[in-house]
Amino acid sequence: MGATLYDKLWQAHRVHEDADGTTLLYIDRHLVHEVTSPQAFEGLRLAGRKPWRTDSVLAVPDHNVPTTPRGQGVSDIVDPVSRLQVETLDQNCKEFGIREFTMNDPRQGIVHVIGPEQGATLPGMTVVCGDSHTSTHGAFGALAFGIGTSEVEHVLATQCLIQKKSKNMQVRVEGQLGPGVTAKDVVLAIIGEIGTAGGTGYAIEFAGSAIAALSMEGRMTVCNMAIEAGARAGMVAVDQTTIDYIANRPFAPRGELWPRAVAAWRELVSDPDAHFDRVVTLPAEAIAPQVTWGTSPEMVVAVDARVPDPQQVSDPVKREGMRKALAYMALEPGTAVQDIALDKVFIGSCTNSRIEDLRAAAAVAAGRRVADNVKLALVVPGSGLVKQQAEAEGLHEIFMAAGFQWREPGCSMCLAMNADRLEAGERCASTSNRNFEGRQGAGGRTHLVSPAMAAAAAVHGHFVDVRALETETR
Amino acid sequence: MEKFTRLDALVAPLDRANVDTDAIIPKQYLKSVKRSGFGPNLFDDWRYLTPGEPGQDHSQRPLNPDFVLNQPRYAGAQILLARENFGCGSSREHAVWALEDAGFRVVIAPSFADIFFNNCFKNGVLPVVVDGAVLDRLFAAVAAQEGYRLQVDLQAQQLRTPDGESIAFEVDEFRKYCLLNGLDDIGLTLQRAEAIGEYERRRRQEAPWLFA
Repeated sequence: MGATLYDKLWQAHRVHEDADGTTLLYIDRHLVHEVTSPQAFEGLRLAGRKPWRTDSVLAVPDHNVPTTPRGQGVSDIVDPVSRLQVETLDQNCKEFGIREFTMNDPRQGIVHVIGPEQGATLPGMTVVCGDSHTSTHGAFGALAFGIGTSEVEHVLATQCLIQKKSKNMQVRVEGQLGPGVTAKDVVLAIIGEIGTAGGTGYAIEFAGSAIAALSMEGRMTVCNMAIEAGARAGMVAVDQTTIDYIANRPFAPRGELWPRAVAAWRELVSDPDAHFDRVVTLPAEAIAPQVTWGTSPEMVVAVDARVPDPQQVSDPVKREGMRKALAYMALEPGTAVQDIALDKVFIGSCTNSRIEDLRAAAAVAAGRRVADNVKLALVVPGSGLVKQQAEAEGLHEIFMAAGFQWREPGCSMCLAMNADRLEAGERCASTSNRNFEGRQGAGGRTHLVSPAMAAAAAVHGHFVDVRALETETR
Repeated sequence: MEKFTRLDALVAPLDRANVDTDAIIPKQYLKSVKRSGFGPNLFDDWRYLTPGEPGQDHSQRPLNPDFVLNQPRYAGAQILLARENFGCGSSREHAVWALEDAGFRVVIAPSFADIFFNNCFKNGVLPVVVDGAVLDRLFAAVAAQEGYRLQVDLQAQQLRTPDGESIAFEVDEFRKYCLLNGLDDIGLTLQRAEAIGEYERRRRQEAPWLFA
């Protein structure tokens, strides 16, 4: 029987395997940010250990960095606790000889944006980071997953992790996506279908003609949210789109290594007779733009639907969960999604802050104005290089003319560790990945959407079906 | 890491599914560069009536009387009963550090999110998976009987109820060994340094672009 893409990646990285399947897995790329690493570096120091392979590590501050002007460097971080965390990363990288893109380096950005952008994420790699959205990098036919801080220390010290193999799941999206329907809508629809724990214990391979038709940016958006379906790792097979994206990036192989690497990468597909423990298929045509209504990404409906009614649900734990979510979100069952008005809009995060995302949002914003009831509409590019590219295309002018704020790169209001946040009771259309209680600020209410849907919500002040905007006059 | 062998402790119930790590420890406390001190902020948004910030004296903040863990009968609990998909979301190990710092050594649930589950074992916290029907009974027993305790025996892989019932649970062999002995797994892995070096030499030949 053939092997899945996940089987192949696993097999290639086994250093040792015990009889019970406990495996020592080799890690090729270790991405590090300021929040989950200080205790790991401290652990190394206390034990008198050194990093095993510093050239495998790439560090960047992203969670705590301000998105407002920061030309003075770290001293522009107003919150002293945030500042200390960024300074601690800088010091640790210096002490241990690790490559870091510091806050004002033009290559700085969200760790899951810069890895691929630099070609530091390559097909066939194992990629880890102390961050659950590391699944993003699986878009390149890599085995990429988030780890805790103890494991960050373990990888630094040994270049390996002790793991057990997950089961194989394939999620197929077949057919052609409708106009205005994006990778974000695809992955939200998948999570709506299999649930937030549907992928627990599995590595998910996303496949099918609709996935193959996505750009690398789109595939990253889909793999990014594999973790919101419970799967530590999401991945997509290598094809020409993958290879074209990587060519000539700073960390990508060059010269005589390039054709050798490409030949090896072309093997990174599941064999036709590979076995998956579970297969889920969604027809692309049935996917509409999605909007989450609750406090878990699985609480999602199409933009033309209504907020569901817990009374219709028989499972008591689920029903109670829906009631709590509706109370937190201050929503009534049966409300039309398009009647939900917004206070803030956030376009950014490791899910949707790449150039294609900004183009999609700008296409909607062009010639329109942010609605009066929207107090703040933020656009936060995923990296300094995404920002440069967007500015070269004039996207920043479109956003600013429409009343959006154009900011410096970072994680920003996805998790509000910096100053960008929701106040209690505020409602936000967000292109990020989590609508958990308090995620964007204590008491804040998050609705997850695509960049185009977020821009459309900003200019209308409430959710609208982006598919209907085509015919609207500006 | 602190050893885990057996525990006889008070049980507290948290009866909701999909409790995420943002709820277990909110983001503002992740700015700490330390590994300890997260206990007062466990379930911070649910536990207190006012928003909190790091560095604040949390003992002065008003407690939410409706939050179950604030009930005096659960003070000192070391075992948490939870529902499906406990610990979903972010990889923050701070969630386990907060539970541990607040005194919890065991979490019992029908399912856990993978990264959280893994993080528990690195910190001497035992996640125990039991099936839904058993869990429903435990929730009912905790509600019915103030001071309800459970015995957790890792060696025997058993929970024991006050009326003498034994509930078996599964635990991965290697993780059990590390927990029982309080072992640092980095030290264990470094015993295989030679194999890691050999693997690297082979891979450098096969795929040199991975070592740029």
